[in-house]
Amino acid sequence: MSQNKKGVIAYVISLALLLISIWLGIAVGSVNIPLSTLWDKETDPTAYSILWNIRMPRVMLAALIGASLAIAGAAFQGLLKNPLADPYTLGISSGASVGAVATIYFSISLPLLGTFTLPVFSMLGAAITMIIVMTFARLVDRTMKMETLILTGVIFSSFLGSCISLMIALTGEQLRLIMGWLLGSVSMRGWPYVQMIIPFVIVGVLLIWLNRRELNAMIYGEERAKHLGVDVKRSKYIILAGGSMLTGAAVAVSGTIGFVGLVVPHMVRMIIGADHRLLLMLSFINGASLLVICDLVSRTIIAPTELPIGVITAFIGAPIFAYIFYKQRRKGGA
Amino acid sequence: MLKVEHISGGYGATPIIKDVSFTVPKGKILGILGPNGSGKSTLLKVISGVLPASAGRILLDDKEINTYSTKELAKKMAVLPQLHANAFSNSVRDAVSLGRYPHQSSFFASWSEQDEQAVQTAMMQTGVQQYEHAYLEYLSGGEQQRTFIAQALAQCAGLLLLDEPTNHLDIAHQQQILDMIRKEALECELTVVSVFHDMNLASLYCDELLLMDKGQVKAFGKPHEVLLETQIAGVYGARVATYAHPELPKPQVTQLPKLKQENLFAAVTMEHFTITDNFVQFQADAPLKVISSAVYNAGMGWYTTFINRTVEPTYYYENMKEELLSFLTARGFVPTNTVMMLTALEAQNAVIESYADGLVIVAVTAGVGNAVDVTRAFEQDEQPHIGTINTWVIINGKLSDEAFYQAMITATEAKTKALAEENIRDARTGTIATGTSTDSLLIAATQIGDEMPYAGPVTTIGKWIGRGVFEATSKAIAKYKMEG
Repeated sequence: MSQNKKGVIAYVISLALLLISIWLGIAVGSVNIPLSTLWDKETDPTAYSILWNIRMPRVMLAALIGASLAIAGAAFQGLLKNPLADPYTLGISSGASVGAVATIYFSISLPLLGTFTLPVFSMLGAAITMIIVMTFARLVDRTMKMETLILTGVIFSSFLGSCISLMIALTGEQLRLIMGWLLGSVSMRGWPYVQMIIPFVIVGVLLIWLNRRELNAMIYGEERAKHLGVDVKRSKYIILAGGSMLTGAAVAVSGTIGFVGLVVPHMVRMIIGADHRLLLMLSFINGASLLVICDLVSRTIIAPTELPIGVITAFIGAPIFAYIFYKQRRKGGA
Repeated sequence: MLKVEHISGGYGATPIIKDVSFTVPKGKILGILGPNGSGKSTLLKVISGVLPASAGRILLDDKEINTYSTKELAKKMAVLPQLHANAFSNSVRDAVSLGRYPHQSSFFASWSEQDEQAVQTAMMQTGVQQYEHAYLEYLSGGEQQRTFIAQALAQCAGLLLLDEPTNHLDIAHQQQILDMIRKEALECELTVVSVFHDMNLASLYCDELLLMDKGQVKAFGKPHEVLLETQIAGVYGARVATYAHPELPKPQVTQLPKLKQENLFAAVTMEHFTITDNFVQFQADAPLKVISSAVYNAGMGWYTTFINRTVEPTYYYENMKEELLSFLTARGFVPTNTVMMLTALEAQNAVIESYADGLVIVAVTAGVGNAVDVTRAFEQDEQPHIGTINTWVIINGKLSDEAFYQAMITATEAKTKALAEENIRDARTGTIATGTSTDSLLIAATQIGDEMPYAGPVTTIGKWIGRGVFEATSKAIAKYKMEG
């Protein structure tokens, strides 16, 4: 009973925060736009255009990416039983980055895809990396234990990271472009990018959400989960696939935005506990809010210059994480 | 019913367990014992399907275990592994509720009345409902252990596999959990297979035991068939002795330390006796192993002080135990370390004699006013009268259990002979008396020095007991006659 009530309250507050964030995100900027512009096209056509063609897609993209990274982070932390896991732990983001950086480095632009060459290559990079990481982990250890997965992720992350470093070292004029992409941004993307990631978000979230009870069992270990009747292998693959899909899609359109996937699940867990039936969707909602706010800060704090959003999330995220870490250890009495 | 047929298996290529077979009928508890690394936990893991069996098969309700789906198996078999630390934690209630996972449908799981009932029952049985809303990480190891037991019970499976279920638990909770499991086995036909670290607990609660040694079955059977001194000593490489449980027909095992603890023992002499107005006291420097029919601390045990207390002929108390205790504490004796007898005779009448340079010391007080011929005692139904023969036989030596009982017989025979020689008769029948109606005997040994496996009439110690008790009793009777 009280658990349900707690859940309802948490959902109401989180959704309210999201609505406020979105409202701030579309209203505040170089031009302040009143809320009425949403439906009132006649009074100020310019404002209407800014809102619907620039601000709205940008806010929606930020929300979707924040949500995807946060829910993927929550799922990976639960699956890997590791509070320091995030969507990037398994190296999928590094794969996506290699795809993106290579596109910039070699100035690839396929005729059919045009400007979408980069996100498509990035997604390909993520998909290939996911397959290689899982295959390798399976080769090392048939049962694919969580420890094996984490180590495999570390190996591939560092290898792919050095590939990116190599390209950065060798590049000349594209350095700014590459760095800008790596730090992450949701600006100047527009509706097509939103449309591009929506299917991945829906499928990824669904795959993870269907395994919410299995994740609850798996935080007690794979063996315990198996004894409780969970088909651990199947759930593991589904959660990994869902999480990778979300991560790959998010990184492909916005670069490697850090800390959302690490911090948001922790904040939610601190408040409502590790029950994935609540944790997953609440991380999703609050991840969206956090990234919308971070994006707002990144474009307004030293306007007209726009900071990369990845700088802001880490800037805000690191102290929050430090605070949670401190509080949690103190609470534990250690 | 669980049937394990010739299974081998373990980690990697080399099997840890080899050719293990056993059957556990419905409603029975099987305990798995064995030293560290003998394959107990591995066996449990193979049965529960965590590790593959490289040979043999496991049948659960006549169906091979690997033909069940994970979820179907979880409905039939609940497993409690050893406790592990978890990175994240849920509330106790959430953790126990997970036990209902196999009973819920995959997509839109609804919480039924039955689910709620099972969770409440499991929490009640393990006594965790008081922490229902607490988070696991803030509970003690024992509370966590009980939560996971509740989780396994909530599965409502017919077979329960446990790996050291009483780990982290104090004895009250050990009892609570094991009594509860025992009750479930008896009343609900729950079948249990449990790894035990503690042989005594296993003996108390299990119907059958399986002793593992180097991955193989060393013994399988009832507790008294498995817990044999030589077998346990051989498998564990530790000196042990078995003894009977005070209430249940189950063997218990105790350790015999290899290190000699000589300072725990000491020889005794006549110097250790003192006679006061109220009692004869024997005060040793170290505890003696004692077997006695005394009024206070009868039976077998280790005691340092023996008291033969003089009481009024009319001595009677509703709660005698309490009176005896208050007597001892008032005089500064340690009640747990003292054996006490009662007599109506003055302490000065005690005869204390030493034989064979102090090998045997005999102390006797004899009042024969109530002498009885035991062979004719059945003829009359009578309350005991005043007058009793209290005999202490204290030996400087190491007696076996057998020798203790033989010493009692030898001493009794010698006493009876003394009564005959002194021509003490049963007042009612006129026949030679064999003793009095309230005689008491104490045999004590220092348990250092010479080993004395037997104490019958032809052994050295038996001869001295026979002579000592006869002479001392005769003297005491003579004294009694003179006083009279």
